[in-house]
Amino acid sequence: MSARSLDLKIYAFLIAVGIIGPWLVPSITSQMAVMWLMVLMAVTWDMTGGQMGYNSLGNITFFGLGMYASAVVQIGLVYDVMEYTSAFGAIKVDFTVSQYWTGLILGIGAGGAVATVFALLVGPFMLGLRGPYFAIGTLGLAVAVAELISGWRYVGGGSGISMPIFPGEAGTGSIVFYVMFFVLAIVCHLVIRAVYRTRFGLAINAIRDDEDKAEAMGIHTTRYKVLAWAISAFFMGMAGAIFGNMSGFIEPLEVAFPTATFGIFMVAMALLGGKGTLWGPVLGAILFHIVKEVTWTELLGWQWVALGAIIILNIVYFQQGILGWAQDRWPSLFGVTVDEKMSRTGQTEAAE
Amino acid sequence: MLDNISILFEAPIFAVDLLIQGLLIGGIFVLAAYGLALVWGVMNVKNLAQGELVILGGYLAYQATLWDIHPIVALPVAFAFMFCFGWVIYLVIIKRVVDRDMFTSLLATFGLSLLIQQSLNLVFGPEVRIAEAGFGTLILGDLAIPVIRIVSLGLAAVLAIGIILFMRNSRMGQAIRATAQDPRAARVLGINTDRVYAFTYALNAAICGSAGVLVAMIWNIQPYYGLVHSIRSFIIVTAAGLGNLPGVIIAGFGLGVWENYAGFVFGAEFAIAAVVALLVGVLMVRLFQLYRLRQVVR
Repeated sequence: MSARSLDLKIYAFLIAVGIIGPWLVPSITSQMAVMWLMVLMAVTWDMTGGQMGYNSLGNITFFGLGMYASAVVQIGLVYDVMEYTSAFGAIKVDFTVSQYWTGLILGIGAGGAVATVFALLVGPFMLGLRGPYFAIGTLGLAVAVAELISGWRYVGGGSGISMPIFPGEAGTGSIVFYVMFFVLAIVCHLVIRAVYRTRFGLAINAIRDDEDKAEAMGIHTTRYKVLAWAISAFFMGMAGAIFGNMSGFIEPLEVAFPTATFGIFMVAMALLGGKGTLWGPVLGAILFHIVKEVTWTELLGWQWVALGAIIILNIVYFQQGILGWAQDRWPSLFGVTVDEKMSRTGQTEAAE
Repeated sequence: MLDNISILFEAPIFAVDLLIQGLLIGGIFVLAAYGLALVWGVMNVKNLAQGELVILGGYLAYQATLWDIHPIVALPVAFAFMFCFGWVIYLVIIKRVVDRDMFTSLLATFGLSLLIQQSLNLVFGPEVRIAEAGFGTLILGDLAIPVIRIVSLGLAAVLAIGIILFMRNSRMGQAIRATAQDPRAARVLGINTDRVYAFTYALNAAICGSAGVLVAMIWNIQPYYGLVHSIRSFIIVTAAGLGNLPGVIIAGFGLGVWENYAGFVFGAEFAIAAVVALLVGVLMVRLFQLYRLRQVVR
């Protein structure tokens, strides 16, 4: 079975699940929407973390920035943002249907744009850091942006912004956002899959393997690194814009930039599925989301503790992830040819 | 913002007050940062759970006040308890990430920090707590300095000197320093490096726990405050350079002073942002130093 036809089968399966899902069990539509969001997060994180070897702990920044950008655009079209946020609850919020939809579409675009511009601006600086310094630096970036936004009175500071309410019946809203997340996740995965097959994919893999050698071979490493980060940022920004509308309320430290929740989920999901593989993050995200939802309902109160334990177990005892493990076990199934002699010398080198 | 700067110039006593308060707080930062430098240097583990260990120690002091025990009495107890706790953490988690690549240790300790944070949240609730020590305030002319800050700086100094003497004179201290220099050679020479690693991590946890007791006495603790303590330790160690103990001390005091001034000038809501911005700044400076170094090599 060639890799291509396998990919097509998986896509067909996922699209079928995505379409049938909300018809079959309409009660969990919003949880399934979050599942597609998780898939998107894991896949975009894996682009820099898995394929490029730059493990970011701060990709959540783009998510939050997208959320805030869309909020400012959507509200700014109708009200004065400053007035809207300071008179919290005093203004009677009233968006007409056409205002809502224009705002939503422009807001999603703005979310993606702002996140991309931010990634392009800070990318050259942050991506100069290596290894753990990059991880800590991006973590610091995420915390810094969250703190700055929660001190910025124009966007409501720490008390947050409440988003325009979806016009129409209560059930339709979650379906609409579900479809948006679903389409975005599939488009994102297709784009990333296409991108990995070009020279770009080879270049970022070369950066992962040995950045200095890649640079010596004439690859503009900084350009590729920033570009990869910006692609992740673009999709994360759009996802943030949609999520802000879905949850209806934005708060910098709890919803928009929560490094302790989504920020670490995406890393954990990519690692669970197997980082650096095309389908690992998707598998990891779906499994992780199911496990998370089950622990949420079964272990109320203990869910976060359980989550920490899951992350530790995953990272400490099962680091290469499900697909990574399977690839090690049955390499021929994944179309990977292993030269036994080469891999043995590789192992001794790694042990040095 | 500019108003606050002009206040500093118009009333120099404010500036002096902020400086002294910053120095007094800096002593506690030095403790946690020293623990991080120890673990980083010896085991090459970047411990992101550093802040949570501090906060855990703080909650031990808080629990002691609930039982009507003075928090200073809780200090040695916290030291011993956190030592055992650190040893257990080493056996369960850190042991398996010591030899792996560095991001693994970073992420594993991040998971650990999440675990401790949420357990504390579950047990003690999300409210901000303090362990009331009940000392007064020292009035020196126009300056008002809480006595507890001076006492805690003294305790921190005693602890730090004790640890330095231990590292210098005891057999285990020598083993730790030997392992830091070359783990393989140390193993060849008959040092049980596994035990050394366990001891180092346990010692780090104990230092953090004692620092946490001091933090709970002079400041406040809350389950989610750990991350900022971790970030502070990282700033100090990164700015000082690894294995540079005087540098750690200077950077620790410097950070305390910077935080106090930044909190005053930019407003209290930006104090944490100022700390984190400093982290990013320090990393950037290191990066450009690295670029210069590479230029020379070429």
